[in-house]
Amino acid sequence: MTTTSTTDPIILAEGLTKAFGSSPGRFRRRRTTDGGFTAVDGIDLRIAPGELVGYIGPNGAGKSTTIKMLTGILTPTSGLLRVAGFEPQRDRVRLARRIGVVFGQRTTLWWDLPLKDSFTLLQRLYRIPPDRFGENLAYYTAALDLGEFLDRPVRQLSLGQRMRGDITAALLHDPAVVYLDEPTIGLDVVSKHAVREFLSDLNQRTGTTILLTTHDIADIERLCSRVVAIDHGRVTYDGSIDDLRADRDLETVVRELYLGRSLVDTTE
Amino acid sequence: MADTTTEPDDRPLWGPTAYLLLVRIWMRAASQYRVSLLLTTVAQLFTTCLDLIAILVIYSHVRTIGGFTLPETLYLYGTTRLAFAVSDALASGVENLATMIRLGNFDLVLIRPVSSLAQVLADQFTPKRFGKLAAPVLTLGWAIDALPLHWTAAKAAVAIGTVVCGLVLYCALWVLTGCISFIAVDAQEVANSFTYGSENATEYPLSIFGRPLGLALTFVLPVAFVTWQPSLYVLGHPDPFGLPEFLRFASPAAAAVLSGLAALAWRACIRHYRSTGS
Ligand SMILES: Nc1ncnc2c1ncn2[C@@H]1O[C@H](COP(=O)(O)OP(=O)(O)O)[C@@H](O)[C@H]1O
Ligand SMILES: [Mg+2]
Repeated sequence: MTTTSTTDPIILAEGLTKAFGSSPGRFRRRRTTDGGFTAVDGIDLRIAPGELVGYIGPNGAGKSTTIKMLTGILTPTSGLLRVAGFEPQRDRVRLARRIGVVFGQRTTLWWDLPLKDSFTLLQRLYRIPPDRFGENLAYYTAALDLGEFLDRPVRQLSLGQRMRGDITAALLHDPAVVYLDEPTIGLDVVSKHAVREFLSDLNQRTGTTILLTTHDIADIERLCSRVVAIDHGRVTYDGSIDDLRADRDLETVVRELYLGRSLVDTTE
Repeated sequence: MADTTTEPDDRPLWGPTAYLLLVRIWMRAASQYRVSLLLTTVAQLFTTCLDLIAILVIYSHVRTIGGFTLPETLYLYGTTRLAFAVSDALASGVENLATMIRLGNFDLVLIRPVSSLAQVLADQFTPKRFGKLAAPVLTLGWAIDALPLHWTAAKAAVAIGTVVCGLVLYCALWVLTGCISFIAVDAQEVANSFTYGSENATEYPLSIFGRPLGLALTFVLPVAFVTWQPSLYVLGHPDPFGLPEFLRFASPAAAAVLSGLAALAWRACIRHYRSTGS
């Protein structure tokens, strides 16, 4: 609309804003006129199909709030938002089949049932054709090494195993867009590595668009060609990772971003 | 046969189908703990019989209460209880909503491509909820057998309609109480006294509350429609409050109106859902 781009973005946000009504015991740094708190403050974002974008920023910057608007969980206070052609909050149920979501701190799996049972239920809920489901399950079982615990109740799995199960659960229906909110949080080095390699492969093999939130520099370095940084609900950097680390090492630059220094003014 | 359906299979799974799928998986999860399940089911059975015993004890001292005989009272009790027990079995997953919201797990409900209501109603479904059905079924069976009534097709239809409308009405109330947990996550206690409280109110003949309260219950709380009005027709009992005849058959309308309200309220709650900071 405003800018010309070779492909239509699969995620498009213009002036995306979320203000929470005032609630006791929260930070009150940014106040809106009605006494609320603006967690996301006028974000512009265009993500093309097939991009793998690292979405970074300090705790409380507004990353999870953005993702919750992109999935339709939260209704934006203002701004325009389109994901895969849908308006997330309004078309939430239909959009749900086009997206996959992984929350690092939560599990979508059924605690008391074998991992496999969660997958077969998801097949029904997402109406995945049986042959497609079989192929995908076989692929993810091999790629994420699920074989040895597929028949074990989820409550008995280690964090790393459960996360691999959750990632599979988010992908079985071949979503066009995947959001991962801190998927590597709390994982050991080996599991982190496995998840990283897997995501990179997923993006390259299927062209799935991935938006990844992480505090791990190595995740960003290994995976993301593009980085969007936010702080206090505003975009402080949006560009390629190579530009970001052009003259200094990535860790220093990211630390500066986290300290609230804006490297590039993208809002113009 | 030739498959001529060109409809793109883009539609979400139908709510009731999703509900049944989820009920099945929750039941399977519950059956992992077999002993505890058996014990709680038995306990459930006994506690639901306690009210019944109280009614029998009262009637061992008096012949009628507010002009109603024992079988008539048991009929009122049985229909209300049955409607409530079925709604309880179907919809009390709503009770977990406050916890889901507080822990942020309701987010996960909203990322699935099926009705959020179906997911919430089915939440933590356990077979023990069926234990609550035994007492009302037995009571109603006994009351119908003991009532000196000449059953007509119309009366039978109204009797069945009473239970169905009551059940729908209670489900709508469950959903509305769920909406309360969106507004105030800690208000679940209040919400419970609302559903359970109104159930106790219609269980006994309304006339023992006196006219003002009876009228209030009829109009302020649509719950009175559940058994009272249609049951007056079935029992061939004049209305002690002298309300117009057509109200005997207004239950379906009341159930429909309240269901509509509940559906609207639920939508509004989803739209204004705030999630939690993580
Ligand atoms: N449901 C909510 N109600 C009120 N404030 C919230 C809510 N969710 C998030 N916030 C606030 O919004 C800000 C951004 O939160 P969040 O998006 O979770 O940050 P991040 O994921 O970047 O760490 C935080 O200050 C947080 O306290
Ligand atoms: Mg977060």
